[in-house]
Parts: sequence; structure tokens; C-alpha cells
Amino acid sequence: MHTSEAQLARTIRRISGVDTKKCMKCGKCSGTCPSFAEMDTHPHRFVSMVEDGDIHALMQSNTLWKCLSCFACVERCPRGVEPARLVEAVRLLVIRGKGANHMTANDIPALLDEALPQQAIASALRKYSKA
Amino acid sequence: MQKVGVFVCWCGSNIAATVDVAAVAEAVRSEPGVVYSIDYQYMCSEGGQSAIKNAIQEHGLTGVVVCSCSPRMHENTFRKAAAAAGLNPYMVEIANIREQCSWIHKDMEEATQKAIILARTAIAKLHLNSPLVAGESEVVKRALVIGGGIAGIQTAQDIADCGFEVDIVERSPTIGGKMAQLDKTFPTLDCAACILTPKMVDAAAHEHIGLYTYSEVEEVSGFVGNFAVKIRQKARSVRGELCSGCGVCSGKCPSKKTPSEFDQGLSNRSAIYIPFAQAIPNVPVIDRDACIKFKTGKCGLCAKVCSAGAIDYEQQDEIVERRYGAIVVATGFKPIALERYGEYGYAHSPDVVTSLEFERLCNAAGPTKGKLLRPSDHKKPKTIVFIQCVGSRSDDGCGKTYCSKICCMYTAKHAMLVKEKYPDTEVYVFYIDVRTPGKNFDEFQRRAVEQYDVHYIKGMVGKVAEQNGHLRVQASDLLADRQIVIDADMVVLATAIEPDPTARSLGTMLTASMDQNDFFTEAHPKLRPVESPTAGVFLSGVCQGPKDIPETVAQAGAAAAKAVALLCKSKLLGNPCVAGSDSMLCNGCSYCESVCPYGAIDYVYKDIIEHGKKELRRVARVNDAVCQGCGACTVTCPSGAMDLKGFTTVQIMAEVDAICR
Repeated sequence: MHTSEAQLARTIRRISGVDTKKCMKCGKCSGTCPSFAEMDTHPHRFVSMVEDGDIHALMQSNTLWKCLSCFACVERCPRGVEPARLVEAVRLLVIRGKGANHMTANDIPALLDEALPQQAIASALRKYSKA
Repeated sequence: MQKVGVFVCWCGSNIAATVDVAAVAEAVRSEPGVVYSIDYQYMCSEGGQSAIKNAIQEHGLTGVVVCSCSPRMHENTFRKAAAAAGLNPYMVEIANIREQCSWIHKDMEEATQKAIILARTAIAKLHLNSPLVAGESEVVKRALVIGGGIAGIQTAQDIADCGFEVDIVERSPTIGGKMAQLDKTFPTLDCAACILTPKMVDAAAHEHIGLYTYSEVEEVSGFVGNFAVKIRQKARSVRGELCSGCGVCSGKCPSKKTPSEFDQGLSNRSAIYIPFAQAIPNVPVIDRDACIKFKTGKCGLCAKVCSAGAIDYEQQDEIVERRYGAIVVATGFKPIALERYGEYGYAHSPDVVTSLEFERLCNAAGPTKGKLLRPSDHKKPKTIVFIQCVGSRSDDGCGKTYCSKICCMYTAKHAMLVKEKYPDTEVYVFYIDVRTPGKNFDEFQRRAVEQYDVHYIKGMVGKVAEQNGHLRVQASDLLADRQIVIDADMVVLATAIEPDPTARSLGTMLTASMDQNDFFTEAHPKLRPVESPTAGVFLSGVCQGPKDIPETVAQAGAAAAKAVALLCKSKLLGNPCVAGSDSMLCNGCSYCESVCPYGAIDYVYKDIIEHGKKELRRVARVNDAVCQGCGACTVTCPSGAMDLKGFTTVQIMAEVDAICR
């Protein structure tokens, strides 16, 4: 699909309700993110790229799947920019594509771990698939 | 019948491009009473004003209508021109055909028709104008300065040096304010106390300055030139005139567990105490909530050891009533509370401190006698992290939306002071921006980076966690796109500042407007930065907005100049467009009194003779000097007794009739 970057950016703004212009580039989101080391696009860069309309690149990033949705960035951002919502919006954009679930129920048994709380399984299904 | 002259201004192209000014002048030529009607390019110019003066004299005009910009711009100009030609200045009416016409319409025909209506309306009103005369009131030649920090002290000194009496009212037991708590001041790194204490001594010694310390303003009434103020002098429980300031009482006082306000709670003080060594007046205060004698009836040691017999447990608060011509507000600021910033660990670790606490730790008179030591174990800190913008520039509801202005500079100062004390200690500063706009300010901050090897990192700290007696600081480095973790011994938070908590109640007492952040509002942000919109009230220092010491001193002088300009006057001319009550119609209901925002109306008993009978009636009385002419009483009055000079009911109706014609 060749949706223009501008259209995608508008969709992200609509899904997330976030005004990226409020970002003052302080970096507190990245400073607080527990998954920083795992991500290829860090929270402060993620917000900046949404502002620039660089959505296709974001849809390829692993940040969408490494974000824990802990909302520490949302809690601590001094401008109310809500980076986690932006990540969620881009993730939804990917998942809503036909057959684009990142994880299905069949994937779960292979990923199980004794230490994994049930809550994590339920939330992963909700986050990573359309189901 | 009046002889009215109408002057229609082009205002260059501001009006003339959208309104056919010649047509307006022509259309009103036939209005009843109009004997002269012209259009002119710039009425506010010397030429325009001369045109008014000449027309008044040549045509014997009894009233003038100027169709021009908003009266807020040039009403005074045209009133003065009329007065210079011998016409009462209140026989001048302005029709605003710019802001209310040419600037908001695009169609010339529409705009011209509207301008003609506005001109007719002004003429209709003018026919009912009275030649009002402004009243006079006195000016009490004394100023009140509320707040005894550097701003209040500087303003008081400047007013007193002009020969006027000034009283400083200060809430705490000593003058000096926040500046007395500082160690060194940027950009010169002068010792704060060294430059402040001589000013404090001057203020105390000045023949025209009176000090009311440990006192608060309790009530303010009156108006510009004549304020009546009640000052509560709180009981120190020590007779100042007997006390020698020897300090034996505080030394012997057994109650030593109260956190010292001056040391920001980092050390304790006794119940009877002098806040700091150079306090003025050098007279202690008994904190009755901490004093064993006041709490249990036992002790009284201070009275026993006082060789001057100055202790007086029976001392009561005293109310002093004084009158002032001008009031200057200089109530200062405090750092915000940090309970919404748990991520920085302030409540959990004594080694996480605010910038003001850090000043006390550096200060030679502070809790560690100037040796910079970790509050937890008194060890030397080998790594210190400074975090900027804690609580500032934040519109998430936790902090303040504004920039607190002083923190970038004082953090650079703190960083350099640390390096001076401990050259081998690692110092990190996490910043969003570095704001150093003053004279020599940028050079100051660059020294920290280039000469003192302070690590400035663009990024923010996400959290500070205590771990094995150290502080694990997790932060972002945006230029490197990295997250970094620093094991720090101390973390210093550049805490946002907010106005002193007494500011809001004071604002209410003075009817002086404040913004949502409790900073006092200035009359105009660019052109009138030290005056409150409330006449006779002036603003000095951080109470008007965050600023550093150089700016505070400059503004304090400006506020003093404005206050002196007022105090210099032998009398004040009031605004004659004030309310007045017709005693014959007033039914004494008190509605007007309760709606007046300025407290300008009271009720008196008057002998009224009506229908041949004499009756004692309770009627409204307006204080012309306090009345601001808002008209609230006029519309509230159910019997139509109250009316507003210059904007009478019949005048307003005449304007409406002219519009509806």
C-alpha cells in the first residue's frame, strides 16, 4: 500500500490524540525508558520522527514490539506528549494491516516461560494482534 | 444648544483605506448642533491638535467629537488639546472608527455607514455632556514596602534617598530574604552576604527608613495617595530596646530540635533564635510552638540567663496603623515543593537536595560550615549530578509552565564552586537548554565547561534510585542517542521557584491583580513593568516574575522612581467620571455597596426634606477618590438613584437612540 507519509502522520495523530509539537526535546522519556537498550528507535527519536512524518520507517522499527507499555514516559514527560501512545498508534497501524498480527495464539506455547505472569500473556495478545 | 466640532481622522491609511472619511465628515455636518466638520490625516499630530484648538477659538465650540482610534490611545491627547484652548476637557467625545470599524470590516460602503453611525452616536452623547471637574486628593508623603529582601531593601533605600519616609514590613524576624541564604552570586561570584549585609545595615541606619520585622500587613484600605494600613507586629517575646544581641539565650535554650528555616531544614535551631549571625535587627525571637515554657509552663532559662532582662513572655502582638501614599510589593519567592517529583528520590535520600539546600551546604555559615559533604554520611562527594528544569517549563500539571530563569546560571555557578573545592570530583549537568542571556552570563557558563571540565549533557534524568548508599542516576544523552547510568554521591535539583505564599492574600488586600501563577500583574508588560494596574501599588522583584539579582536591583530602582513620582505630587487629580447617588431617590437598600469591587460606597444618615417633611434617611455615599467608574452600582441600583458622571443613563440611552435611528 502506498499511503502517503502525510496521510499516515495524520492517522497517527488521530489514533493517538497526541500533539507532537509540544515536545521540547528534553529527553526525559528516553532517560526513563526501561527498554531503551533494546530499541532501535529510542522514545525521544520516535516522537521526533512522528513530528517529521517519518512513519514508514517507524513501522519497521522494533520499538513497536520492545515497548513495555509501562507508561513511565507518559507519566514523566513534562509536556504531556505521551510517547507510549505514539508507539501504540504506529503499532496499531501495522497490526490493522491484513494478516499483520505480530503474534497469534499459536505462537504462545513456544514462548512460555515459568517465570512469565499470566498477565503478560494476556497483555501481549492484546498488544500484538488484532484479536 | 451645543456648538459641536467634528474631526474625522484618516489615521494614515488605517482608517481612510476602509472608511470614506470625507463622506463621514459631510454626513454629520447636518447633525443638530454641528457647526464645524472636517477630515484630517493625523489628528494626534501637532497639526491635528492645532486644528482642534483653532476651531474651538474661531467657532466658539462648546464640544468636540473626534472620530479616530480607540480612546485608550489618544483620549488624553485630545482632552489636553481642548483644555489648552479653554474648553473643559470633558466636553470631548471619541468615536472609535478604527478598532471598532475600519480594522474589522473590509467593505468600504459598510464601514463608512457604520462610521457615520458611530459619529452620530458620539455627537448625541456629547449634547448631554457636563463640564466635569476632576476632584483633588492629598498625597501622604510616606511609602510602604512589603518585603525586606534585596528588592524591598533596594526600593526602600532609593525612595529614602529622595527624602521620603519609607517603612519596610518583613514577615520573618530579619530583613535579607533569600539572598542572605545564598553562598556566592553569579556572574561575579561575590559572596552574597558580603554585598547584602552593608545594604541591610544602611537600611536599618537610614534616617528615613523604618523597619517592622516579624510583622505582617493585616489590612489595607484607602486609595492612591492615601492608604490606611494595619500592620501586625508579632510578639518576639523579647524586648528589642533592651536586648544586646549577645546570643547567650539561644546557646542555653534546651529546645534544639526545630529545623532551621534559614538552613532549609538541614540543621536545627533553638526555640529562641536569631536566624543568622548578621540578622537585622539583632534581636532573637521565641518560636512559641517550639518553646518548652510556652508549651508546658516549665523552663524559662533564657529569662534567667539574660543579663539585659530583655525576655518578656507576656509580650503580645501589636497592631500599628499607619498611612501611606504609595505601596511597593516585594514579597519574593520560594522553591516549589517536590512531592510530584518522586522520580528524583528527593524524599528518600538526604543526598538528593534542592539548589537552595545546596547553597546552604556550600555556605561557610551553613550546616557543614562550608565543607561540601554528603548529608547522609558527611563524606566527600566524588560524583555530583545536577538536574536542570525540575518543575519548570512543564505543562503536565505537576510543575510550573514558566522557565524559572535563574537556574541555568546558578547551576553553572554551583558546578564551578564544586570544582574549586574538589577539582577531582566529577560534575555532570543534565540540561534541556542553557539559558544565559545576561551580561557576561554566557562567558560564565562556558568557563564551567571549558576551564572547569564540568560535563554538560543535553538530556534529562529519568530517575534517581538509592543503591548501596549511592545514587543510581539513569538519564538520556540526546546527542549521543544513549541512555547513561551514573553512580552519583549527590544529586542537586534545580527546583522551580514560585511566589511567596503570602502573595495571594496580599493581592486581595490591595486589589492588585495576579496571574494564575500568583505573580503580580504589571500594568503593561513592556511599557509599565513595575506598576500594578491598581493606582498607587508598585512591584519590585520576583513577586512580579522570576528574575536574578541584577534584574531585581534594577527593577527595585524603577519601582522606587515610580513611587517617588507619586509622592512628589502635592495633590492628585482624580477621575471625575465617578458614580453619584441622588439622595432623594435612594432607598437605602445597600445593593450598590455590596457590588462595588473597590469598596467605594458606604451608607450615611442624612436629613432629607421631601413634600415639606424632614426625614432621617439612610442613603448611599460614593467616595470619589476610590470610585473607578466601573458602573456596576449604576446598573444594580433598583431605584435609579445611582448614576455615573460622564456615562449617565440618559447619555447611554441617547447613544442607543442614535444607533437605532
